[in-house]
Amino acid sequence: MNRLIVTKTPKVYIGGAFVRSESGRVFPVKDAAGAFFANVPQCTRKDLRNAVEAAAKAGPGWARRTAYNRGQILYRLGEMLESRSSEMAEAIALGAAGRRAALREVVAAVDRLIHYAGWADKYEQVLGSVNPVSSPHFNFTVTEPMGIVGVVAPDAAPLLGLVSLIAPAITSGNTVVALASGTHPYPAVVFGEMLATSDLPGGVVNLLTGFRKELIPTFATHTHLRAITAVADAAERKALRLGGADSVKRVRLVKAEDDTDWFGDAESGLYAIRDLIEFKTTWHPIGA
Amino acid sequence: MLAQPSQAAFRRLLDEIGTVDAVGVEERVAKFTSRSIKKASKVKGLATAVSMVDMTTLEGKDTPGKIASLCQKALRPSEDPSVPPVAAVCVYSAMVRHAKRHVAGTAVKVASVATAFPSGQTGLRTRLAEVRAAVGDGADEIDMVINRGAYLSGDYNRVKDEICAVLEACGGSALKVILEVGELETYDSIRAASFLAMSVLRPGDFIKTSTGKTTSNATLGNTQVMIEAIRDHFLDTGIAISMKPAGGIRTAKQALHYLVAVKETLGDAWLTNARYRFGASSLLNDLLRQLEKERTGAYQAPYYFSETAESY
Repeated sequence: MNRLIVTKTPKVYIGGAFVRSESGRVFPVKDAAGAFFANVPQCTRKDLRNAVEAAAKAGPGWARRTAYNRGQILYRLGEMLESRSSEMAEAIALGAAGRRAALREVVAAVDRLIHYAGWADKYEQVLGSVNPVSSPHFNFTVTEPMGIVGVVAPDAAPLLGLVSLIAPAITSGNTVVALASGTHPYPAVVFGEMLATSDLPGGVVNLLTGFRKELIPTFATHTHLRAITAVADAAERKALRLGGADSVKRVRLVKAEDDTDWFGDAESGLYAIRDLIEFKTTWHPIGA
Repeated sequence: MLAQPSQAAFRRLLDEIGTVDAVGVEERVAKFTSRSIKKASKVKGLATAVSMVDMTTLEGKDTPGKIASLCQKALRPSEDPSVPPVAAVCVYSAMVRHAKRHVAGTAVKVASVATAFPSGQTGLRTRLAEVRAAVGDGADEIDMVINRGAYLSGDYNRVKDEICAVLEACGGSALKVILEVGELETYDSIRAASFLAMSVLRPGDFIKTSTGKTTSNATLGNTQVMIEAIRDHFLDTGIAISMKPAGGIRTAKQALHYLVAVKETLGDAWLTNARYRFGASSLLNDLLRQLEKERTGAYQAPYYFSETAESY
């Protein structure tokens, strides 16, 4: 007897729940051979708005956790990805990548998460400082998370690129609203399913799938997003800079036309964390 | 549950005014949330909602200073001059004279909760004295709570008599009668209480859902039961009673749903702040935020419109 085919309806991970686009729209994702694989949500600016609300709700709790605990949770996320690496590799291999390349990307993504898990309780010691002042005061510079960070992921390396942008943002207590690769969104959907089973609180990372053209203007102008970290082409960079100036947000851009090596060491490290935090300097009288 | 002895009296009252089809009400109000209100009509709706807000602060920690800043915001909610002032500020009776200082001579009214708000559990004489004091201090509107103890034990005449007594103490000030729907259990009971109150109220007086001090507040469902009671009362007697849902209305979208309910049940005549109010403390901020979104086209962060220190 022929079995009824059970296909999956991918949904996006927003506020710790799996939801469809409020618009009800979807777009088809094809496998490497060009055959239909699944319809994924074509998110709208309203989905982005809802994701920002979810991120705002999760933010204070996430930022209040100890750096050590955030590190543990990132490490746990790495564990989840490691133990399900073959599933993720299959999702990546749907695109142009071969199975071996896909597996290599998953391994690199796991390593990246572990890398930032390690930084979680260390970046403050490196970036913060005790400053010399000529009065009887201590003068400290300490870091604070910015708030909600918008992420626009590259099409190349659909998992590793996404993880490389998200991880440094959440390490310091920011929350993230991310737009997955437009051409290969499925790995982000699977990544959302792994986030849901990790210890990361719902709403800290929110993943949208959809069209860059529709969503980048809203990413640029939404005043609740404190920063944008994006891989963008020239026109998108202009839109993000203009909108970012209007809404006074920090814009961190990687040129899409540069052939960024996401596997390289340059794409991880302290400076990515530093780009998404605020510095606060306080004076405290000595002996008080 | 209603106490046993009151069943007969309750039944007689319902025979007179008719019961509520609870499932029908739920189905009806679910439709109100599906209207598409965009662009110019949305801006109009938001501005109308702003003009209907009773800006409320009812906390033990209220100070004259806090009342002063509340009044300033009530008079000029936004730097955009096209945004109207709100309808009233709603405060405890001890704060009336402080509020009056700031809004006297403007369109913004001072409403005072009185009659041992929120429980109403003091003697009638004490409650009336509080009303007289608030009116003496210049309150334009009095928000009273009904005697739920008397209502639930079926002593309807006592409920009515007490409303009459408060009405008399109000003098020229408008009266808002809080039914505290969360403690009335059923839609039938809410309808009955609405009619009890309306039977003695003057045109321009209000019935109000709740104090906002209990866990269950205004919903589209219980508000619908009350505005249908207002409609039926108006068709019977020609007396137009006003409505004030209070508590739990926090977002601009919710406010628009309530206005849709008013428009489709009572008509345009009730779409003014003389006939309809929102009792809310945080609604105004979200209305202003959505108006700014409509003006600029960009989604706005809530902390630009709020006094809270949290800025995540």
